[in-house]
Amino acid sequence: MTALDTRPGSGSRPGGAEGDRRTARSGGTARPGAARASRSGKLLPTIVLLIGAFYCLVPVGWVFIASSKSPGELFTSFSFAPGTGLLGNLGDLFAYEGGQYGLWAANSLLYAGVGGVLSTLVSTMAGYALAKFAFRGRNLIFFMILAGVLIPGITLAIPQYILLSEIGLAGGPISVLLPIIISPFGIYLSRVFAQSAVPQEILEASRIDGAGEWRIFRHIVLPIMVPGMVTVFLLQFVGIWNNFLLPFVMLSDQADYPLTVGLYTLLSKGSGAPALYSLAITGAAVSIIPLTLLVLFLQRFWRLDLISGGLKG
Amino acid sequence: MADTALRPEMTHPVTASPAPRPARGRRRSPLAPYLFVAPAVVLFVVFMLIPLGYTIWSSLRAYRIEEGASVLGVRVDRFVGLDNYVAVLQDAELLASFGRLGIYGVIAVPLTLGLALLFALLLDVPAVRAKRFARTAIFIPYAVPGITAALLWGFMYLPSTSPFSYVTNALGWGPIPFLEAGGLFGSLANIAIWGGVGFNMIIIYTSLRGIPAEIYESARLDGASELQVALRIKVPLVVPALVLTGVFALIGTLQLYGEPNTLRPLTTEITQSWAPLMTIYRDAFLTDDLPSAAASSTILALGTVALSAIVLAVANRRRKEGVS
Repeated sequence: MTALDTRPGSGSRPGGAEGDRRTARSGGTARPGAARASRSGKLLPTIVLLIGAFYCLVPVGWVFIASSKSPGELFTSFSFAPGTGLLGNLGDLFAYEGGQYGLWAANSLLYAGVGGVLSTLVSTMAGYALAKFAFRGRNLIFFMILAGVLIPGITLAIPQYILLSEIGLAGGPISVLLPIIISPFGIYLSRVFAQSAVPQEILEASRIDGAGEWRIFRHIVLPIMVPGMVTVFLLQFVGIWNNFLLPFVMLSDQADYPLTVGLYTLLSKGSGAPALYSLAITGAAVSIIPLTLLVLFLQRFWRLDLISGGLKG
Repeated sequence: MADTALRPEMTHPVTASPAPRPARGRRRSPLAPYLFVAPAVVLFVVFMLIPLGYTIWSSLRAYRIEEGASVLGVRVDRFVGLDNYVAVLQDAELLASFGRLGIYGVIAVPLTLGLALLFALLLDVPAVRAKRFARTAIFIPYAVPGITAALLWGFMYLPSTSPFSYVTNALGWGPIPFLEAGGLFGSLANIAIWGGVGFNMIIIYTSLRGIPAEIYESARLDGASELQVALRIKVPLVVPALVLTGVFALIGTLQLYGEPNTLRPLTTEITQSWAPLMTIYRDAFLTDDLPSAAASSTILALGTVALSAIVLAVANRRRKEGVS
């Protein structure tokens, strides 16, 4: 880890461009005077963007169409021709092994929801302490957290499994929930946010007024840090929801699987029983809907400038 | 988002902390910060540091059969130094999987970043139409887990269900060999690109929106074209965001596991040891060769940290040279 000398909060900026960046700008509005300069060159960019959008939507469109095909139609009709088996597929999907698909969806929600909330709380507290207190060991802790960001978390899944099974915790939901609470990147983001958003003066004033540190954190710091917390929560939620290897390694009971592992099992069994392909496809289509809606809805609350370094320091 | 680019395992290039800002006034409760960081530190130690130490420890040990009471000898677990590393580094199968990972990464990482940058720059061009739609559409794959993405694309590749092969079949060219030896790298990389472009695009675009418009205005008044503004002004200003997304993508690439594993039922080209992490999983759980798995894991983790550090160091040096 070499030192990028960077003020936290300012992210790394290119040399010479230390101008005052405006972070808040209404999205989408054309800059004044820009329209006349670019009237001629707007067609090509629009076309390229639309091609990109098409590329990203094709597989999603396909999976919804394919989920309407009965197992017989799947391999015989043209890919983008809708079929007649949607209701049958949905019925089969939710009836599979006594309703396991519903369990998988509930598990995904549980792991991502509970894991995301706990992770956000732990990250916020740590980020706040690292940003706003001077204490012995602070730099060591911060350095370790940063080093942790670079360690590929997935390579830890196997030793985590072995160690958890030593103490008899592997196999159940708790073994998936515990390891995901620690998020070095979440702590880093929380620190960046606390550094720039929590005014030292408020903390000092509250201390003079005799408020305890926990009280200050609960009633003053937490409300200020909500935008940062939402960002950390969403990143963690989506990350956990999309995670495969950790639950794949940890869980022993199919009823504890999240959607990713469940769909994977359906597909890998499918080579022996093609009807499972239809289930896997329908299951994939159904699972895409809630997360897409969540992400699109919450997109506006993201402070991704935290990540891109646009946050004013 | 395809196991590649951005999973929770995200990172940031900013490293060493700045000099601590001394707290003004007297702290009445020196215990408070420790209590605030305690949960994070405990979890960090238990779920990252100890597993890491355990991996390194087991990579230095091995089961050896030694002469003992019985004819077959006794299986003992003992310290063998770097023997496991020597063995895995001479293991043609593992080396081949690193080679495949390299080819995959060389395709996936630059294309993901290049397309993300391109789309972000286009979104930032004034007067481009359908921005909102395009931005949302390109971002949607972020909400699709890598496993699901692999499943979707797997069927788009499978000759009997692929719409692309349907067209080429109709034209008499036969199916496209997405899942054959020649096309497999591109097909796997495509899953990663598809999943990674949107999020990276948003990061870069957010960074672009943070640049004051006045910087472009003067360039435009001087007669610079939109393309010149993009290449000469915007791209250099978003280099930090590019470095960041590059490191994300790199770390994601080295953790490739779910996608090839998901495609395995659809093709015979993907073996159980196609990617390094697949070999590690096999050694740890299927062939019960934990020491080898530990040694390979350590090499993979060290490789990731080393590559990220190199990227960050190079970026940092460039930046410093730019200043001076």
